[in-house]
Amino acid sequence: MMEFMLMGGYAGYVWSAYGITMLVLVANVWMAYRFHAKWLKRAQEEGMTKVSTRQPRVRRIS
Amino acid sequence: MAFIRHNLVRIVNAISLLNTNFWRWFHQLASPPHVFALAGRVCPWFAGLAIIFLVAGTYGGLVLAPADYLQGDGFRIIYVHVPSAYLGMLAYMVMASSAAIGFIWRMKMAHGLAVSAAPLGAWFTVLALVTGGIWGKPMWGTYWQWADARLMSELMLLFLFLGYMVLRASFDDRDKADRISAILAVVGVINIPIIHYSVEWWSTLHQGPTIAKLDEPSITMDMLMPLLIMIIGFTAFFGWLLCKRLQGEILKRERQTRWVDGLIKGRTA
Repeated sequence: MMEFMLMGGYAGYVWSAYGITMLVLVANVWMAYRFHAKWLKRAQEEGMTKVSTRQPRVRRIS
Repeated sequence: MAFIRHNLVRIVNAISLLNTNFWRWFHQLASPPHVFALAGRVCPWFAGLAIIFLVAGTYGGLVLAPADYLQGDGFRIIYVHVPSAYLGMLAYMVMASSAAIGFIWRMKMAHGLAVSAAPLGAWFTVLALVTGGIWGKPMWGTYWQWADARLMSELMLLFLFLGYMVLRASFDDRDKADRISAILAVVGVINIPIIHYSVEWWSTLHQGPTIAKLDEPSITMDMLMPLLIMIIGFTAFFGWLLCKRLQGEILKRERQTRWVDGLIKGRTA
């Protein structure tokens, strides 16, 4: 186990590379879900006020 | 003669049927509710596939693969470096080709897909540069080399993603932003072959290709397998977040339409 952790002397490089990758992947999941949630919320808020009060557009002929 | 004619008619019918199916499919891809539903359906599949393959690939890369005879255990950085570099380029191709489709056929959903791919591509390019630097320090003796063609073209890729996003942000009119940023995305495609061939055209610090070349890959099977698994995992991960972001982008663009209103009411009711 200790040998595995030491990575043949490259521990600092290998673990930091994997750690940063993990961090970036998790951060990206979080950002994508937050982006989705943000616009779903906005759609809920604006949908209530704007769509429901909007009158259907009627084009009058002449 | 009648036999030939009969068969020709059958072939033409089959092609035209295929053709109408194709165009129906193409038009469905232009319809926001359809794309939104499709993204929602494939998203969990990509997510599951990504998690399984990323866990398996990491285990394979850190534990199962043998140490390199030259680089020892330091070579294991390849399992995060190569997939992120590849994914940055894949994201760019997705972004540029959908931006081109959006530009040519005026498909808003294609622009939406391009917008969704940009931040993901930028992050994976950053990841490729950072893990590459960490790998470079023990092997080359330096984190960064300004004169290296591969490093510079990869940095160029990052600037193209950032440029695309900044250019979009500078327009208030979304249609204008879609069209003008699409031109930047398409022109920037020239950088993709430059990245790929940079290690052959200018032989500098970065090593040559390991897998993507015409003759046999210069890596043994037990080292290659985890790498391929990681590449599949990263691709699925990209698909997962691309779908999620695309759904968000569709909600952003379509939030004042009736179908989104109906979708939300159906969801909350």
